[in-house]
Amino acid sequence: MSIITNINKLFDHRIRLGIMSILMVNEYADFNMLKELLGATDGNLASHTKALEKSEYILVEKQFIGRKPNTRYSATKLGKAEFKKHIEALEKLINKT
Amino acid sequence: MSNEDYLKDISEIKNLMNKSSRFISLSGLSGVLAGIYALIGAAIAYWLVINYSGGTLYIFHGWVFWTCMAVLLMVALLSAVTGIMLTTRKAKKNNEKIWDNSSKRLLFNFLIPLVVGGIYCMIILNQGRYGQTGGLMLIFYGLALVSASKYSIGDIKYLGYIQIILGLIASYSPGYGFWLWVIGFGIMHIVYGAWMHFKYDVK
Repeated sequence: MSIITNINKLFDHRIRLGIMSILMVNEYADFNMLKELLGATDGNLASHTKALEKSEYILVEKQFIGRKPNTRYSATKLGKAEFKKHIEALEKLINKT
Repeated sequence: MSNEDYLKDISEIKNLMNKSSRFISLSGLSGVLAGIYALIGAAIAYWLVINYSGGTLYIFHGWVFWTCMAVLLMVALLSAVTGIMLTTRKAKKNNEKIWDNSSKRLLFNFLIPLVVGGIYCMIILNQGRYGQTGGLMLIFYGLALVSASKYSIGDIKYLGYIQIILGLIASYSPGYGFWLWVIGFGIMHIVYGAWMHFKYDVK
């Protein structure tokens, strides 16, 4: 199997890669935390979380804190495994050249 | 994508992982000051015991004992207040929130061993085993630092290891407990705080 196949197209974007990085080391992150850390706009972040949710890399939970709606995200097992594969592929690519 | 882009990706990943899970605005200077408070406190306690408690460091009685306890409490309180103030200042400078998930997690993981150790020390004191408290304080403080290091600057764990080792020595030979306490809480804090200050704060 070639290395290239392990490079995940879905992670080929700064924001999506960022979301996964944060969720790898945090049990949960809510929308605002992601927004602040990544410096993304609401719409931009929402479209990227949707993409990751659709491929079941992240889990989205909507809840209420008091009266305020709060959306929190966590990485799924699949998402974590795919992210690890992606990182390993990146490292191999860098080492090779 | 070129090689450089991949490298940039990796460093961005590392940066985000650190920023989202660690609170890094701890002030090195507060460590130095905490060490100085500890040394002053130890000097006061030493002077009291030498002059009013028959010259031995382990036989406490009456008001000398309670004054030493009060001094100890003052040292802890002053260190905590100084630490919080200087860290708040540094967090503001770094544009980092002082009370967010990462600092909450840091505090929580630091306080569990520390509070347990504090209660245990009080139980031991209550049983009159004064000689053991110096070592126990060092051990539990060291454990608190090691546990906190995962949520802050990783270097903190080395200070933790040193405190644990000093604490174990102090437990084995309580006669040196006082001096090991002085080294651990006084001198090591100053050395370590200065090192952190020059490594992270001065640029």
